[in-house]
Formats: sequence, C-alpha cells, structure tokens
Amino acid sequence: MRRLINREPGRLLGFVLAALPFVLLVVIYLAASEARLGLNPDDKLLPSPAAFMDAIHRMAFVEDQRSGDLLLWKDTAASLQRLLSGLAIAAALALSLGTLIGAIPYVRTTLGPIIAVIAMIPPLAILPILFITLGLGEVAKVALIVLGVTPVMVRDLAFRVAEIPNELILKAQTLGASTWQLLLRVVLPMLLPKLIRAVRLALGPAWLFLIAAEAIASTEGLGYRVFLVRRFLAMDVILPYVAWITLLAFTMDWLLGRLNRRLFAWSERA
Amino acid sequence: MSAVAIEHLWMGYNGTSVLENISLEVTTGSFVTLVGASGCGKSTFLRLLLGAERPLKGRITVDGEPLPAEPGPDRGIVFQRYSVFPHLTCLENVVLGLDFQAAPWTGRLFGQKRREALARAEAMLAAVGLDGVADALPSSLSGGMQQRLAIAQALVLEPGILLLDEPFGALDPGIRLDMHALVTRLWRERGMTVFMVTHDISEAFKLGTRVLTFDKVRRDPQAPDAYGARITYDLPGYNRQEG
Repeated sequence: MRRLINREPGRLLGFVLAALPFVLLVVIYLAASEARLGLNPDDKLLPSPAAFMDAIHRMAFVEDQRSGDLLLWKDTAASLQRLLSGLAIAAALALSLGTLIGAIPYVRTTLGPIIAVIAMIPPLAILPILFITLGLGEVAKVALIVLGVTPVMVRDLAFRVAEIPNELILKAQTLGASTWQLLLRVVLPMLLPKLIRAVRLALGPAWLFLIAAEAIASTEGLGYRVFLVRRFLAMDVILPYVAWITLLAFTMDWLLGRLNRRLFAWSERA
Repeated sequence: MSAVAIEHLWMGYNGTSVLENISLEVTTGSFVTLVGASGCGKSTFLRLLLGAERPLKGRITVDGEPLPAEPGPDRGIVFQRYSVFPHLTCLENVVLGLDFQAAPWTGRLFGQKRREALARAEAMLAAVGLDGVADALPSSLSGGMQQRLAIAQALVLEPGILLLDEPFGALDPGIRLDMHALVTRLWRERGMTVFMVTHDISEAFKLGTRVLTFDKVRRDPQAPDAYGARITYDLPGYNRQEG
C-alpha cells in the first residue's frame, strides 16, 4: 500500500470526486426544502425548484410591470459596467504605479509608504465620504471599487518588479537601455502576466465592494436587487441572483486564466 | 581598444572587507581568468568592472578614462543564470541591443532599419551556432544553447570588454568544451578584452592568457570578515592572442 500522499485519483474518479460536494449540497437543500414545505406550504426560507424556475422566469424573461424592463439583464448590465470600469481603472493605475514604485528608487521612497498606509484603510469606512463628495451616482460606486482593489494590486505588482532577476536589469543596461527603454521593453512586458493574475485575485474584493455600494445607494444592479427583495424574504429571487453572480465571477476568472496562457506562453514555461 | 587599469582598489560592505588594495594593468585583447574560493571576492571584482557597484577606494580606468558609474554598452556581460529575457524569442533577444541603440523612445526599430537590425542579429546568432532557433523562446533551449544566446546578445553591440561570471558553471562537461571553443574563437576574431570568473582551474588556464587567483593574505580568526582578498598569483595562461 503506497502512502496516501503518493496516490492520485484517475480522470474519471477525479471528476466524480469534484462533483460530489456539489451534488451533496443540492441533495441536502432539496431534502431540507421538502421537509419545510411539507410542514408549511407558504414557507419562504427554502423555496422549491419550481419556485426558483418561476422566479427566474419572472426576473429574466417577463417585463417588469412598473418599468417595463427585463430586470435580471438590466441589473447585470449595470453591475458589470461598474465592475469592469472599476477593474480597468484599477489595473491601469496598478500597472503604472507598480512599475514605477518597483523599478525607480526615488518613486519607491516617495510613494511606497503612502500606498502602504492607504492599503490599510478599510474601503467601506470611506464609502460615506465617497457618497458625500462624489454623489450617489455611478462615480462613487466605481470609485469604491478602484479604492478598494488598487492599493493591494499596486503593492503586489511593485513586489513582482522586485522579483525580476537583477541580472536581467544589469544585462539590459549593458545593452544600452535607458530607464524608459528598460521599463518599456523589459519590465512592462514581464509584468503583464502578473497584472492579469493580480486582476484575477482582485475579482473577489471588487464584487464585494460593488455589491456593498449597490446595496446602500442604487436603483439598479445585482447587489441592489438582492438587498431590495430581502425585505420580502424573497429567497426564490436572492438565491438565483447569488448563483448568477457566482457564475459571472467564475467565468471572468476562467477567461482571464485562459487569456494569460494564450498571450504569455513564455511566462507559463519560465 | 580596451586596456584596463586598476589602482589601489578597496571594496567592502558595512564593516566587512571583500577586496583590499588590488592593483592591476590589463592590456587590450587579454583573456583574464579569475579563480579563487567561494566568497573570495572575484565576483565582486567583476561587478566593479561592470559598474554595478562602486569601490570604497581606488579607481578603474579603461584606456585612461575613468570607468562610468553604471553598466553600459562598452562592457558586455554573461551571467551563469538569468542572462536572457524569457519573454523574447532568440532573435528578439539579440536584436534588443540594436533596438536600444537606435530607438530611444519606442525602444524598437521599425521598417527598413528593423530589417537591417534583424539581419545583423541573425548573423550574430549564426556566429554562435543558433541560426536554427531564431524564433524559439529561451525556455525551450538547453542550458548550453541559452548561454550561446546570452553571448550572442552580449556581443551584438561589439563591446570592447566582455565580462563572464561563471558562464559555464551549470553546463555538462561536453557542452563546456564546445563553449570553450566558441568563446576562444569569438575572442580572437573580435580582439576584445575578456574577464572570466570560474571555479574550474583547468578551464581558467586553458582559456586565459592570464590567470589571477584571489585569496585572503591576512586572516583574523576572531573576525573572519576583517580582511579582504588580494590577488595572490598572477600567472600566464595557456591561451595565446593570435591574429
């Protein structure tokens, strides 16, 4: 008998094992839901599959009585626009600041400490400040995402610059590179796969800040809807929304991972 | 022309002494090999020649001019590891130096100039025997081929001085022999002054026209870092500077 640490499941068994927790979760839910609904058919906490299908149909394919919108798609579009703008701004800031802080001692000395301090501010604590100064519109929500994820990304990328072997930096100088050329041809290209990885890691916090901002002041969006229908204990809407948000986040992460492997094959092998 | 003169060079880091009172004259076209125990300061000596570090005292001149305070295109270098850029193909690695020379803002040549630079880079790759893998990434090459690439990359700007920091330390013995032949040929063709750090004494005598050994002359058992290394032997190598 080989040691447990030396044994690996085969392909098929691996698939079964990976699916097992999901199946288990669904089975437990269905059993619990059936038990509660058996005692009280009007129970709202654990809706039946039929109730979910009905709610999904209502939210995604039937126009809202008041506004005439398909709510799920309208919420999704609003949320994704905020999330992607926030992440794009954060990525641009992180790449430029991270590169400069990591590569140029004068910038590191000047900006390193302030970024380290800003990174420690709990972003939700300054959400009121954002709403007061930027108003309750889109800008404040995007700003919360940017403020929430950028400092960590900047620090991560600055560390990644420091990880570039010093030999390569010296080598580029012996090839006559100026600071600008070195950043442009060596540091930035070597940093791009790390940037994508940093964005992947920032997806979780970005969704958190998005939903927090939408819950507090919004008129549309996935987070807004979830917190709105909470007042009616509408678990039949909340749970599908949560599943949908999870699917969106998972898909983004998966796409970024593929993008990294496609564009930066050198980074996978090195 | 790259004659190197070193006058009363001292080097150390906060309290510890690494090199003490090194003086040396090296004529153009010499192949100087540096040997010594680990931590004896031979790599530090090479980094001083590179300009990556500043000496505490003393000065280094090249053809009578003080050595610039930072690395530059007049001194090429090949390290044992991390000598080539992993995100560029072999050809791009070699053409990079030409890009840097002629394209200060874009960092990359375009059009006719790029084609000329690529031709030069291809010739350089052929000179080190890598003409077949121009479009491959360095990570797909063997250790010996990566070092060939590093040499091609360092030589494309035709530096007067080539610094080699244990360049063959990680290679198989057979591959090493090929690399010895390659380096000797390129050195003779180009008339460069070469400084090479190595652990292998037979390699040092075989390749060098001049072999320098680094060792501590003074030792304080209570404070092993109190004294630095000096050049203890300055011997002729077996290699000869020919035509």
